[in-house]
Amino acid sequence: MSTILIVEQVLNGLQLGVMLFLMAAGLTLIFGVMGLINLAHGSLYMVGAFAAAAVAGATGSFLLALMAALGAAALAGVLIEMVVIRRLYKAAHLDQVLATFALILIFSEGTRWVFGSFPLFLDVPDALSGPVTLPGGIEYPLYRLTLIAIGLAVAVGLWALVERTRLGVQIRAGENDREMIAALGIDISKLYTLVFALGAALAGLAGALVGAIQSVQVGMGEPVLILAFVVIVIGGIGSIRGAFIGAILVGLTDTLGGVFLPELFKLFMETGAAQQAGSAIASMGIYILMGLVLVWRPTGLFGARG
Amino acid sequence: MNKLLITAAAAAVLMQAPQALAEVKVGMITTLSGGGAGIGLDVRDGFMLAIEQSGRDDIEVVIEDDQRRPDLAVQLSDRLIQSERVDVMTGIIWSNLAMAVIPGAVAQNVFYLSPNAGPSPLAGRACNQNYFNVAWQNDNLHEAAGAYANSAGYGNSFILAPNYPAGTDALTGYKRIYEGDLAGEVFTQLGQTDYAAEIAQIRASGADSVFFFLPGGMGISFLKQYADSGVDIPVIGPAFSFDQGILQAVGDAALGVVNTSQWNKDIDNPTNAAFVESFVEAYDRLPSLYASQGFDTANLLLSALEVAEPSDADAFRDALRAADFDSTRGPFEFGANHHPIQTIYAREVVQEGDIFTNRIIGVALENHSDAYVGDCQM
Repeated sequence: MSTILIVEQVLNGLQLGVMLFLMAAGLTLIFGVMGLINLAHGSLYMVGAFAAAAVAGATGSFLLALMAALGAAALAGVLIEMVVIRRLYKAAHLDQVLATFALILIFSEGTRWVFGSFPLFLDVPDALSGPVTLPGGIEYPLYRLTLIAIGLAVAVGLWALVERTRLGVQIRAGENDREMIAALGIDISKLYTLVFALGAALAGLAGALVGAIQSVQVGMGEPVLILAFVVIVIGGIGSIRGAFIGAILVGLTDTLGGVFLPELFKLFMETGAAQQAGSAIASMGIYILMGLVLVWRPTGLFGARG
Repeated sequence: MNKLLITAAAAAVLMQAPQALAEVKVGMITTLSGGGAGIGLDVRDGFMLAIEQSGRDDIEVVIEDDQRRPDLAVQLSDRLIQSERVDVMTGIIWSNLAMAVIPGAVAQNVFYLSPNAGPSPLAGRACNQNYFNVAWQNDNLHEAAGAYANSAGYGNSFILAPNYPAGTDALTGYKRIYEGDLAGEVFTQLGQTDYAAEIAQIRASGADSVFFFLPGGMGISFLKQYADSGVDIPVIGPAFSFDQGILQAVGDAALGVVNTSQWNKDIDNPTNAAFVESFVEAYDRLPSLYASQGFDTANLLLSALEVAEPSDADAFRDALRAADFDSTRGPFEFGANHHPIQTIYAREVVQEGDIFTNRIIGVALENHSDAYVGDCQM
């Protein structure tokens, strides 16, 4: 087990973490501000990836593709907020789950209807393709480094938005006391639409960025959605800071566990069995982490309410 | 005038009646929605193309979508057998669905012709006289990859597959024929989309070749990330990560990669040439190996129907076993366990104009059966 491998895996974990953060930030904002469980958040991720693939295919420009992803996901977000979600704020969580699950099915089959059943092509832009050599002789894909940088930049941007702007004050107030900020003359329904669109755009951005190194296909959002829920439960619901810490923890646990647990098992087991047992336990790693965090802090690391 | 029309209509109905009785009913359960829908579509389109080309209008195909869910597939199968009273069933793509449906279906005296899934129990201990597999036994293409690795002189492979039954079978199949050492053996998660961790391990392992079985979207993700990582150890895999539907989504990243398949569009025989041409004409896309499997399955069925009706089970079974049809793969023959004995090729991904596709570069395994045929007692 060389240092190079360890550093590379830590970078991989960070990269997974910051992409999870883009998903989880929107999810936690929507849950925190509106009290809404949005299962269709993964569909917005898919919408972003498909919009990016379609625009990149037509224009060849990755930057335009990213814009399209942001725009399409935000638009889809506004649309579902105004048509469906708005009716659910006062409903029980179970009704929200049911309705947003229906949205998943509608988005999946709708996308299949428009784009067909075969996966779409979306590639890393030429300028960012291939590996770079980092100090210490570590070769690492430039695109993944860019993802880490973008993720961190978005995290800083969101922090500034929530902590330093008027909109941020309203969002935080909305989390704490909905009736009071409505009484103070803030148009709460506009605020909700805006927050929903922001969350959707972040999910769409993540979908487009990750779509370039993964497969752009129907149903790509659901596995990420599950991880994003784990992240916000660990971080504490409604907390952007919690989402960030949670995402990095989940990213590192998932990546490092998958690599090092089988190695650990090999010390006292036969190779094949160690591989299988190691990967089985590694796939439970993030859930074990979630369990431990909840035992220690039942509201998550930075959560105010349960 | 009215009377005449009514009489004519009545006569037409009467004349059709005996034909309707002789109709053969085929039940197709396949995956037409969700993530893996591309494969089901290809199988269905290939199958229906052959039925249309046969010109027979006494064959009714009832098509159902299993959404890749075993519970739904079992429900659909019960309905097809008990209320639609189908004679023959086909279509299932995934081995876990096949294991849930096929043993029950053949126990109710329905014939099952598998156009894709070939789980090992059905080739060995749980083989059945009414079950035929037209595609391959699951291990076949992986065994061929092992044979190719031997012939290419690789002696230190890094192998990876998802941690589920077909994944463990894939690695077992590869190791059964591959003679070299293993630089590493990794099980990934089913549905995993990020392979950075595994690629880092490959880089550090000192391997001279990588064998991977990651069907569908998993393979797309792996190949794109592998190409972007700068690791240049040659990759081998079964055709499942390099079929016509997937290649366009992988793009340049797959160019030059060697993969193993029992079929390719450049296999030189008249049936195959006609199949590729008519498929492109009918559906406006190149056929994949799955489409060829659907097409061959339908032609096997048609050849048997020429000889006997499914109601005459023994004669129909013998006609299926004879496999007297022109396959897109050339000569076609069943082994004792009703799985193909066939040649498996090594292909290479190439670009033809804007389209990414495969080209045969050699034979990986000739007239290959499977490892389970000895366990089958019919």
